[in-house]
Amino acid sequence: MAVKHAKIKSAGAAQSPLLGAAMFGPAILYIVLLIGAPFALAVFYAFSDARIGSTELHYVGLENFRSILHSPTFRQAVQNSIVFTVSAIVIVVIASTILSLALEVPFRGRGMIRFLILLPWVAPVSLGTIGWKWILDSIYSVITWVLVYFHFFSPYNTPMWLGEPHLAMASVVCVHCWRLIPFATVVMLAGSSAIPKEIPEAAGIDGAGYFRTLFWIKIPMMLPIINVAVLFSTIFTFTDMTVVYILTDGGPFDSTQTLPNLAFATGIQGSDLAAGAAISLFLVPVLVAVAYFMLRVAHRAEVV
Amino acid sequence: MAVVETRNLTKIFKQGEAGAVNDVNLATREGEFLVFLGPSGSGKTTLLRMIAGLETPTAGEILIGGKVVNELSPRERRIAMVFQSYALYPHLSVYNNICFPLKAQKVPRDQHRQKVEWAAGLLGIGRLLNRKPRELSGGERQRVALARAIVREPAVFLLDEPLSNLDAKLRASAREELEQFHKSVGTTTIYVTHDQVEAMAMGDRVVVLHQGVVRQIGTPKDVYENPADTFVATFLGSPPMNLIEYSDIIVGFRPEGFLPADLVPGGKQVSFRYRVKYVEYLGAERVLYGNIEGSHFESKEIIARLSWNMPTGYDAGSVHDFAVAESDLHFFDRKSEKRTNPRPFPWQ
Repeated sequence: MAVKHAKIKSAGAAQSPLLGAAMFGPAILYIVLLIGAPFALAVFYAFSDARIGSTELHYVGLENFRSILHSPTFRQAVQNSIVFTVSAIVIVVIASTILSLALEVPFRGRGMIRFLILLPWVAPVSLGTIGWKWILDSIYSVITWVLVYFHFFSPYNTPMWLGEPHLAMASVVCVHCWRLIPFATVVMLAGSSAIPKEIPEAAGIDGAGYFRTLFWIKIPMMLPIINVAVLFSTIFTFTDMTVVYILTDGGPFDSTQTLPNLAFATGIQGSDLAAGAAISLFLVPVLVAVAYFMLRVAHRAEVV
Repeated sequence: MAVVETRNLTKIFKQGEAGAVNDVNLATREGEFLVFLGPSGSGKTTLLRMIAGLETPTAGEILIGGKVVNELSPRERRIAMVFQSYALYPHLSVYNNICFPLKAQKVPRDQHRQKVEWAAGLLGIGRLLNRKPRELSGGERQRVALARAIVREPAVFLLDEPLSNLDAKLRASAREELEQFHKSVGTTTIYVTHDQVEAMAMGDRVVVLHQGVVRQIGTPKDVYENPADTFVATFLGSPPMNLIEYSDIIVGFRPEGFLPADLVPGGKQVSFRYRVKYVEYLGAERVLYGNIEGSHFESKEIIARLSWNMPTGYDAGSVHDFAVAESDLHFFDRKSEKRTNPRPFPWQ
């Protein structure tokens, strides 16, 4: 397949190199202007002492990286980013697998429930998160109200969802999962409905019960699509700052500080463009690794 | 080994619509090769899937080995099934595909290899055990599916059009192998097909289905020579039986029984003036399409089938004396379309 495509492409380009260039042009322009240039600028700034409001710029070598690596906030942010990403992915994958399997069987109102589940993904992130900020508010939280009503907590000693380090991290992870699960569920549904129905049927006849069919047949067959969901979710989570920024802005005591949020706080809010650029460059290795695996999965899916 | 029986088995998919399977009563015999034959949409696969436990009957009972199994899941029915698509597990090697039923049924681990090799050897796929299904040809996949079915020595085999994905040449050899295979294992087998050649060649008995109703159950010879109604008469045999309607009666005769008058075997016969319209040359035989001159059914197309060693000269446009032996005539009631006793019939 791939070889055939390449042939067609090269033949077309050979006939009219100008047309080929014109067709490629917009895509290349897009990548250069919106991805390449900012990236090059970030690398450039990371080796300088650029500040917002200052017109002077000097080359400072690795100074920015050295000072970042010595900053406890940065190390905290790296750690938090990893905790945030890994826990969110685990929850998202498990929840979306269960949901997709549940939504696969036809039942009354399935269309409605599929629609409702997709809603968090369609709603604007910031609006959804602001809603959650109210739900998790220290005084007006509905969750707290319900817990107090059922006497799980006394009204004078309620949990501060966003005010205690561990609770705050848990809250941020949960809200992010709330947002990501619909997306992952849709991806998984596509994967599970691509399994011909005779295969689980054959497993049933061969004597396998529900869980054996699930873990030996269905999930292994869904693995390529689960990989796609994991890789996409990793990128969405690792680079996400909306949820953290709106809910906690990294607090309390940097307990929910993540790399994107720290880069924004340092570079834009703190005017230290150079340090902000250097922090954001630390995202690159992870994203490159993920991109590499994504391409590999895509390639393998094509071969099969 | 076990006997499968259905009692008044019915499946209605949508309330208010005609059932896919209607009131089916049948029973296999011990070790029998029973074929469900019917056109697509006749309910044969639904019937098989109900026996397998993949569809819930709307009404009626299914018995396997004398026990009602309606409430049992497929795994509890001790049956094996080969699907039309084979339904091999694509991520598992051939070895693990065949081994899966053993693992699922918790056969002791130390017996696995021996049993898999026995099943693979029986089907001649011993050298493919390390391959993945996608690396196999259609015929090889079909054998893997069969090996996976026999490995745990089931009480009953259900086969759903297992040959329909093979090319014509492979199908013939696979058919022969399946017959041999059934003879050697002797397990009660139910085989679904829309191909009458498969049904006639393999079946100990054939169940002819149409619109979810059993039209006839009998040996291949039975259903071909004594069709119970006009559907069976025309569905079996290619080209189909010639049917002529008159008042409340339908008379039928097979194209191979409608021959040049001097070739019809002795005894009473009915003669016609046959005008040939066109001829299909098929090598081993010639199929003539034409009309009977001077009869009340002159506009009806009548088919004759001559084998290769019969005289030539029956070209389009020519008129000849043809005849049918009276013993080769089939009589049906026009209203019920069921077989009736021979009656006088006005031929002119």
